[in-house]
Amino acid sequence: MWDHEIRAMASTHAIIAASVFMATVVPAALVRGFSVYGTHLPWLYAVSGAVAAVSVAAFWLLGISPPTKKHTLGYKEFPKSRCQAFSKGSQDKLIYKLSRLFRSCVYFFLSCLFFHAVVVLYGAPLIESALETFSLAVLLTSLTTLRCLCVLGPNVQAWIRVFSRHGAMSVWDTCLQITVACTLVGAWVGAFPIPLDWDRPWQVWPVSCSLGATIGFLTGLVAAPAWIHYHRKQLTYKCK
Amino acid sequence: MKVRSSVFASFILILEAVGVALFLRGFFPVPLKSSLSSKSKLSDLPAEPLAGSSPNSSRLPQPLFKRVVIMLVDALREDFVFGPNGRSYMPYTRHLVERGSSHSFVAKARPPTVTMPRIKALTTGTIPGFIDVVMNLNSPALLEDNLVWQAKAAGKRMVFYGDDTWVRLFPKHFMEHDGTTSFFVSDYTEVDNNVTRHLDSTLKRDDWDILILHYLGLDHIGHISGPHSSLIQPKLLEMDDVLKKIHGALVSKEAEGSLPYLLVLCGDHGMSETGSHGGSSEPEVNTPLVLISPAFKRKVGMEKPEVVEQVDLTPTLALGLGLPISQNSVGRLIPGVLEETSLRDQLRFLHLNGHQLSCLLKDSTPDYEKEAGFEQFRMAERAHGSWMKLFLEGNTSEVLTNMGRKVLKQYLEALASMSSALSKQLGKYDMYSMVAGMVFVFQLLLVLLLAMPEALSGEATVDLPVLSALLSLPFYLLCLLLASVHVLVCTSAESSCYFCSLSWGLVFAAVALSSAMFCILISMAMRRLPLGPLIHGKSPSRSSEWSLSELDVLLLAGTVGHTLSLAASSFVEEEHQIWYFLLNTLCLAVFQDVCRKYFREQSASGDEEEPVLPSRDCHPSARSRAEVLPERWLALATPPFTLVCCRLLRSLNQTGVQWAHLPDVGHWLNSSEHRTLLSLLAAFCLFLIYFLVQRRCSWVSKVALALGLLGVYSYRAAVGNVGFPWQRSGSATSKGTVEARFVYVFILGILFTGTKDLLRSQIVTADAELKSRGLWEIYSGLVLLVSLLFRAHNLPVLCCCLLIQTLMAQFIWKRLHYDAAQTTIMHYWFGQAFFYFQGNSNNIATVDISVGFVGLESYVEAPAVFLTALNTYAGPLLWACHLVCYLSSERGRRSPVAVGHGCYCLALLRSVPAAAYIVLVTALRYHLFIWSVFSPKLLYESMHLLLTAGVCLFFITMEQSPGSSKS
Ligand SMILES: [Zn+2]
Ligand SMILES: [Zn+2]
Repeated sequence: MWDHEIRAMASTHAIIAASVFMATVVPAALVRGFSVYGTHLPWLYAVSGAVAAVSVAAFWLLGISPPTKKHTLGYKEFPKSRCQAFSKGSQDKLIYKLSRLFRSCVYFFLSCLFFHAVVVLYGAPLIESALETFSLAVLLTSLTTLRCLCVLGPNVQAWIRVFSRHGAMSVWDTCLQITVACTLVGAWVGAFPIPLDWDRPWQVWPVSCSLGATIGFLTGLVAAPAWIHYHRKQLTYKCK
Repeated sequence: MKVRSSVFASFILILEAVGVALFLRGFFPVPLKSSLSSKSKLSDLPAEPLAGSSPNSSRLPQPLFKRVVIMLVDALREDFVFGPNGRSYMPYTRHLVERGSSHSFVAKARPPTVTMPRIKALTTGTIPGFIDVVMNLNSPALLEDNLVWQAKAAGKRMVFYGDDTWVRLFPKHFMEHDGTTSFFVSDYTEVDNNVTRHLDSTLKRDDWDILILHYLGLDHIGHISGPHSSLIQPKLLEMDDVLKKIHGALVSKEAEGSLPYLLVLCGDHGMSETGSHGGSSEPEVNTPLVLISPAFKRKVGMEKPEVVEQVDLTPTLALGLGLPISQNSVGRLIPGVLEETSLRDQLRFLHLNGHQLSCLLKDSTPDYEKEAGFEQFRMAERAHGSWMKLFLEGNTSEVLTNMGRKVLKQYLEALASMSSALSKQLGKYDMYSMVAGMVFVFQLLLVLLLAMPEALSGEATVDLPVLSALLSLPFYLLCLLLASVHVLVCTSAESSCYFCSLSWGLVFAAVALSSAMFCILISMAMRRLPLGPLIHGKSPSRSSEWSLSELDVLLLAGTVGHTLSLAASSFVEEEHQIWYFLLNTLCLAVFQDVCRKYFREQSASGDEEEPVLPSRDCHPSARSRAEVLPERWLALATPPFTLVCCRLLRSLNQTGVQWAHLPDVGHWLNSSEHRTLLSLLAAFCLFLIYFLVQRRCSWVSKVALALGLLGVYSYRAAVGNVGFPWQRSGSATSKGTVEARFVYVFILGILFTGTKDLLRSQIVTADAELKSRGLWEIYSGLVLLVSLLFRAHNLPVLCCCLLIQTLMAQFIWKRLHYDAAQTTIMHYWFGQAFFYFQGNSNNIATVDISVGFVGLESYVEAPAVFLTALNTYAGPLLWACHLVCYLSSERGRRSPVAVGHGCYCLALLRSVPAAAYIVLVTALRYHLFIWSVFSPKLLYESMHLLLTAGVCLFFITMEQSPGSSKS
């Protein structure tokens, strides 16, 4: 039924995964001394940047965001209907889009802060290595929140709906659930090797966590289309 | 036989504790003992070997030293003397080391690096087993053969000043003694002045042969502020002055012609980077050993000190004083000490040491003849004999000297290999007892697991097929089989097993119990098996019910993951990290649950703007919004608040190993310049505790509680932790006995009121209100006791514990309808995390033994052990007790079997890691860290198991009432 969407999803995911790969390989070829452990923070920024750019571009090209406009939430629907009613046309549309962009940026930043706070609550040092912690927060945000922003738009109600049980209303929602869960679980599992006394380079904060998050994200990218493909018979969306 | 789940769970837990005790007995090696019950005597010493003719010369070598002064500085680390700072820390000692007639060594102490086992090692020459650490709490007189006893028997006059552990270990051995107690850790000047004040008069006198000084101040400084604090240097300079004084006095007293003196400077153990000790890290293990005597050659510069074992001092001192070496000593003579004596004496000394070691080896190993060291010793003895023959014939050629050197070398090699063979023996395990205990524990665990569906059912009763098991044929066959196995093992094994040494009645009871358990296990498994598919096939509704929420997945994964993590030594050392991590995740999961509940409720109950969910069943929001709103926000705020609390608490006490050196708030608060802040914090916490606890008590208890908490504060002020605003900080500190006893009176009063209410509710009237009040009163008595025992800087832990309990009970567990099992697991996790929040770790060194003295004038064993255990396990106990109170007071609103379910879950949660850990420890018994990491954890686990069994008994009494009130 959703063969088309699954195919689109798989190809998008392939592009995103390729971007992660490129972000690791290309700077290593261009910049001297670039390595995942050695210069961890630049690698982290490269991956976050690449994933952010590619997913924004891919979802914009695919035009996934409209579903949010069509199906959910009042806030966006409201100005739209008004704009149709008064037929003010493109100017309102632009303002609406700009405000949407602005809100997305604010959400992005808030989500960074949120992840930072959560990581500190998990025991990361408060003052020392705050930069490392915040970089991890940025990575987590660009792997998870950014995707939510692309698919659902800056709309908390929709987010809560998607992340509560049986709340997915489209293939993309299910895909979002899977990738976000995989990323977070990856980062979570990545914290386990830190107390081991092996003295390896990847046990340094936050290397193992960010590696875990990236690997989890990649796993999610592979797992989501596969899972949807094998469960397409059982999946029923109420609003689709 | 039908039993209620709580009875069943407690019964299983108690039996498990017995099984674990048997395992422990087998796991901790019995100290190496010579078969001779008497002590070594001079007359028993072997004759000097002589080839050919019968040994005619039983001459004993002359003692090397006339007087010995042993200056033991507690927690003296090797680098305090030999390190780069040594020159500024201990200038005079360093001068002696570099230029004087001295020998210096790095003496390796064996873990556990705790004072009493170290003193035992130094005096007996044995390596005390780990179990000695537990015995550290009360040190009965040392009955083993030891140096001090030998010296006394030989008529040496001994004087001792310092740590009173010595006085307790060797009562009536010293001509003169003055013991200082080491439990008031905050005092580091008085303890040492008490020793030094005797020095001048003692050094002037001539009526003693051995002087032992044990200085505690350095160790106390280490415990307070670590090895890099500014207090260390003045203390070491003080020690250096003492050494200078002793050395000067000895030099001035020295007379021509008589034997020289010996001055020994040593440490019992080192000090870790955090200032504690007990483990096996390098700084804890390496202690300096400096021997100063005119009998030694002068040094010409600093050499790298040789490494010896700490126990090597024992035979060296014994032979140096002309005493027999203690029977069980595994040490070997330090050859450097003998360098200036004649070759004949050197060989004789080594022969004596070798003879003692070979006797011990003969006694402790069945196939001693195969030991390389034993064979070497025989050969060396023979060569020694022929050397003696030549020597006595008057041969003085170069050849003889060379031959003598060769014999000496042979002896040294033999000593080294015998000593190491003996030390290895100490790691021998009593496998039979271990396996017996393990099998027993696993049978019980399996029974517990198989009973899960029944125990967690609506009836909460377990049907144990005891009668059918006891009357079945397999039971008798099994009994027979096990008994025969027992006889077979016990007759065949040469080494002694504890299980074999038990009386026949006990063994038979154990065999019968074990086979009965086995039969019960089989019949329960049989009952489960055909039932399984039946349920799946016939009731699909039930199988669909069996879906796990994210929270359940987390709870299960966390429990399993924690159990698995016990296999890695780093995870055992850093177990607190695991609990903090899991607790954090739990709070986040709960937060998600709360969000879902309230946001979905909100959207379902009709949002003005637009409903999100397609199911638009807008049921009328009957509840007024004003009432719902604050409650909702409080519920939403509870998990984040808990998270913040946990984050703050974890920075209060750094524990573990890797990050233990990081500065924490606890140390910061305890430093003298923050005393006012600590006082304010303590007062605020006590006030908050009162506010949180008093709600559910009767007015009598309220008053008692308030007075008791005031008493707690004045106790802390009396001890000197906190101050009253009107009190100047310079005032003298006391032990606070009166204040502590004042608090004890109120604790007993509250407990009495609570018990009275409980009994009245059960016997006279079936009043649920009264009963719940009684329960909470008992709980508040416990809280008061804990607040008395906790150090002042730990009061926030107690405070947060109560706060989280109140908030969670009010807004989370009740509102989100978590069932008894989920609530129990959450309580258990919180309890575990709080165990570490209060500063505990899986290392024995963090047990705070000073609480055993709260309100007591002197050491009394039973209350001291009870108080110490209570203080150490305060976190888990408080949470378990809260679970009892919460479940039984909530019972009216939820299913009446919640208490039984809770008890069963608690038992399961405790016995799964305990059983798994036993297996892990057995598998890892030759691991490098078995003594320093895994063994202490084993003791902690078993103690926790025992305490949980106690709490489960409390559960039983709570569950009793529904039956009685119904009937
Ligand atoms: Zn000590
Ligand atoms: Zn100490």
